[in-house]
Amino acid sequence: MKNFFKSGNPYVWLTASALTICLLMICGLVMLIMIKGLGMFWPHKIVSICLKDNVVVLGELVKRESVPYEEDAYRSKLKVGNRDVYGLDFKWINDDDIASMDYPLSAITIERREWGNMYGFLEGLRKDNKTEVVGMDEARELVKESKMLYERIRHIEKKEIGDINHLIEKNRIKLRSLIMQLPSEKLQKKADRVKEKIEALEKTYSEKEALLTELYTEARKKEFIIRLADDSEKVLPVFQVVRMYTPNNMHIVSKMGFYVSKLWEYVSGEPREANTEGGIFPAIFGTVMMVFIMSIAVVPLGVLTAIYLKEYASDNFLSRIVRIAVNNLAGVPSIVFGVFGLGFFIYFIGGSVDKIFFSEALPTPTYGTGGILWASLTLALLTVPVVVVATEEALSSVPRAIREGSYALGTTKFETLWKVVLPQATPGILTGTILAMARAAGEVAPLMITGVVKLAPSLPIDHHFPFIHLERKFMHLGFHIYDVGFQSPNVEAAIPMVYTTTLVLVFTVLTLNIVAIVIRNKLRKKYKTSLV
Amino acid sequence: MKKKSEPIVNIIDLNFYYGDTLALKGINFDISEKKITAFIGPSGCGKSTLIRCLNRMNDLIENVRIEGCIKIKGQDIYDPSMNITELRKRVGMVFQKPNPFPKTIYENVVYGPRVLGIKKKSLLDDICEKALTRAALWTEVKDRLHVSALEISGGQQQRVCIARAIAMEPEIVLLDEPCSALDPIATAKIEDMLVELKKDYTVVIVTHNMQQAARVSDFTGFFMMGELVEYDDTTELFTKPKKKKTEDYITGRFG
Ligand SMILES: Nc1ncnc2c1ncn2[C@@H]1O[C@H](COP(=O)(O)OP(=O)(O)O)[C@@H](O)[C@H]1O
Ligand SMILES: [Mg+2]
Repeated sequence: MKNFFKSGNPYVWLTASALTICLLMICGLVMLIMIKGLGMFWPHKIVSICLKDNVVVLGELVKRESVPYEEDAYRSKLKVGNRDVYGLDFKWINDDDIASMDYPLSAITIERREWGNMYGFLEGLRKDNKTEVVGMDEARELVKESKMLYERIRHIEKKEIGDINHLIEKNRIKLRSLIMQLPSEKLQKKADRVKEKIEALEKTYSEKEALLTELYTEARKKEFIIRLADDSEKVLPVFQVVRMYTPNNMHIVSKMGFYVSKLWEYVSGEPREANTEGGIFPAIFGTVMMVFIMSIAVVPLGVLTAIYLKEYASDNFLSRIVRIAVNNLAGVPSIVFGVFGLGFFIYFIGGSVDKIFFSEALPTPTYGTGGILWASLTLALLTVPVVVVATEEALSSVPRAIREGSYALGTTKFETLWKVVLPQATPGILTGTILAMARAAGEVAPLMITGVVKLAPSLPIDHHFPFIHLERKFMHLGFHIYDVGFQSPNVEAAIPMVYTTTLVLVFTVLTLNIVAIVIRNKLRKKYKTSLV
Repeated sequence: MKKKSEPIVNIIDLNFYYGDTLALKGINFDISEKKITAFIGPSGCGKSTLIRCLNRMNDLIENVRIEGCIKIKGQDIYDPSMNITELRKRVGMVFQKPNPFPKTIYENVVYGPRVLGIKKKSLLDDICEKALTRAALWTEVKDRLHVSALEISGGQQQRVCIARAIAMEPEIVLLDEPCSALDPIATAKIEDMLVELKKDYTVVIVTHNMQQAARVSDFTGFFMMGELVEYDDTTELFTKPKKKKTEDYITGRFG
């Protein structure tokens, strides 16, 4: 026994098992997210189950488990969809109750713009009060047509009416600022002109609205007739259909095609149905943009702080206290930073900015409310210690010989710092930035009070001058996970969405990191020194 | 005996302390212009400390103190009115280990001139060529000026460092054991180059290789325990040492 401990082997085992536990936990987590998340887009088979009391149900099998507190009894969770009819998306079925089970080839899954999925059989098409029989292919064509119409409506709603609203709002603010000034004849004339403009805009607005009503009526003209599991018939406007497919009758190749198209819709599309369906593009965009703004703010701040601490401040009691304080900032709960951001950035700075530059829009705040800029700055504050510590380390790792070489040529401290020390410290500084970015991308709590929202009407970058709108509220993947998983009205149906969103968040952070790491390695190669 | 030329550096009653330890004790001697002066002695005797006093590199170390005075061309370099960066521009230095910047060869050589504010490309090219030629490196690297200085051999790196110092057109070039990390061939090249160099510059070299001191230098100072034991014409010192300690050291080494 004594020899065993003397041999040193136990310590190898101890350390190795610690590593193994860490690896297992991380791999397990990633695997869980991958499996649950990536499965979401695969077309699941529709099962038709005939129960012993002759009730037929149709849906996707989601999960199978043993019945709690009973032996040898199993039950399955079936996603029956048709929330508008049944009220709930899911149904538990005990194995004991099942009489027969099959996979009807003609069963279709219909993704709808509202009310979630519908499972059933396509019976026909109703147009102008006449019913006719349609095949799947025809039905798909119809869906495609209606999709184009939908895109057009969306374009009018979002882009055209959005632009008009934007202009009206701008002119309103102009009008108010004119009215706020001392009245004079010239101003009165100007105000009249603005008023005219607003009226003209409002007129185009109502025209567009009329057009929209017209388009909507047209869209509702065609309706599918769907037979549900219990043989009742349901009328579904073609316009409501996002996608329809017969998963039981799909080839593996078409399943893969389906998978890719759903995945694409997911990463590039906008959310539907209180975020539980559709895509998450705005959240990806918001996260990446926030991380960028945060990096732009945190890197100069952190690097300058570290340079002063390391290169200029003498090593005395005060500088040591400052260093400890900076390091400990990392331990402050992030929500505290959120509260600070709310008080300092939003109310104090944002409020003052509003008073000075956007007074005509008051009491509606412009910068005096949460927005992507304030959220990013709050996170920058949160991650500044990471950058400071990494930069200090990077500065210390620049060999003394290199600095002396520069000083010996008659350079000042600043010249040496700027021309040889900093370039060589860049890889280390980038490492700090990477860590800061990873930390910031996953942070949710402080965002909730500094500008993140469940559904942002527009992205922080668009075609309206000045193109980058830092005052806008934004969506964020981390908050999206919280919102979809815990705040949505239909949590159960949203569970796959939680996993996929998590996967996307992890993937986004990974991508950001890989980009930074590639840049760092390039630099490291460039500044590799032969000195130790 | 060689004729002593005008002294360019006067070292007068120099004491140097690291904290409380006295590293140099009462050093007194002159360094002649456009000659090679070598410092020899066992390691730890204060050669580096002394040579680093000549361009005030020791100012970078905390907690040091200097007494006495060093004059370059009659000007006290430890006078409070002395501008240290100006001094270092006049007194260049090459270190024991090659320490090129992680930049290209070209950028290494023109680093100093750039800091001086020279921006014209043709002028910088000129300076670079001249300095590298003087450092006996031009023919070897003229096609590789824009590769990283870290990708060439140690001997070449050291010559880049020498070229980097020469590019500033200093009055004095200090070399602290420039060959100790190099192989004999690279060492021979640098020695030849030093002999060429003294036509234009005053050279001070620290070495613990006595053959090297004997081969290249005009004057040699022998140090021990922070004291200057003997300072004389090189041939004189090596053939007819006046002090017992010097003789012991020289003969001990020569076997
Ligand atoms: N930065 C330093 N701090 C304290 N003591 C030093 C420092 N540098 C050198 N010394 C001491 O000063 C003495 C002379 O060192 P140095 O000039 O480097 O010797 P040499 O170059 O002749 O080998 C040595 O005893 C050494 O330990
Ligand atoms: Mg030495």
